[in-house]
Amino acid sequence: MAKIIIDQERCKGCELCIPACPKHIIIMSENFNKKGYYPAEQINPEECTGCAFCALTCPDVAIEVYK
Amino acid sequence: MKKVFGRPESLTETPFTYCPGCHHGIAHRLVAEVLDEFGVRENTIGVCPVGCSVFAYLFFNCDMICAAHGRAPAIATGIKRSKPDSIVFTYQGDGDLASIGTAEIVHAANRGENITVIFINNAIYGMTGGQMAPTTLVGQVTQTSPYGRDPKTMGYPIKMAEMLSTLKSATYISRVALNKPSNIIKAKKSIKKAFQIQLEGKGFSMVEILSTCPTNWGLSPIEASKWLEENMIPYYPLGEFRTPEEVA
Repeated sequence: MAKIIIDQERCKGCELCIPACPKHIIIMSENFNKKGYYPAEQINPEECTGCAFCALTCPDVAIEVYK
Repeated sequence: MKKVFGRPESLTETPFTYCPGCHHGIAHRLVAEVLDEFGVRENTIGVCPVGCSVFAYLFFNCDMICAAHGRAPAIATGIKRSKPDSIVFTYQGDGDLASIGTAEIVHAANRGENITVIFINNAIYGMTGGQMAPTTLVGQVTQTSPYGRDPKTMGYPIKMAEMLSTLKSATYISRVALNKPSNIIKAKKSIKKAFQIQLEGKGFSMVEILSTCPTNWGLSPIEASKWLEENMIPYYPLGEFRTPEEVA
């Protein structure tokens, strides 16, 4: 059991976490944040393995990983 | 559930001012994680450059000084010599280190100063709007090389890691990249080694980090990471060019 928390306000929507995720469970949100970026969000959270590849590639340190 | 990945203590809560997808943020995080792991944050003094990372003093949660353009290794020399027990690092871009600050970095390495240099090579000037840097690749289009860099009039891109590794006093020189998770893990190992060498008092260490500048390259962050892999890594090979064993 693992989960990630994406800080929607820190995310700048660069999309680098999307190809990094081996489970393909990160997508871009349809709603924008206060800065006007479309942040990343997770779908199907039960598939998350907590590998932290998304967090490793995030240039804004916006992702926390729990395991 | 236990937190296995989060913001390192050596970074402040201030959001980075970098463009979306800029690798500066990853490099900041890696340096901060290494400072955390060695437990030396309270005893660390960093020197920021002039360039996009000029605001690094807002992001690193340790003492920071901002140097004049290119002069970070000279300032770091002064700090380290007057406070030999502190951990001193410089964080410099390619316009700062490989252009205006070439003399400072070459001589700091040649004197074997016991400091760590984090050198961000993104093959372009970022903050000033995408002009050609000494590290710009042959044929690369920038604001000041609109027909691509022509080596006949503009020379070839400088390989700083290789150049500095010819100096007898440089202890540890390596080149890493931040384009994918595997390379990011290797980059952290290398940064950790560089700080370890300083902690042991073994001398000058530098890690050259290949990173992207999506805004000035005119690419999306994902395309930029691919461009780095296809164009920069073949010219700037990754690896360790100088290790303490060679020096001893």
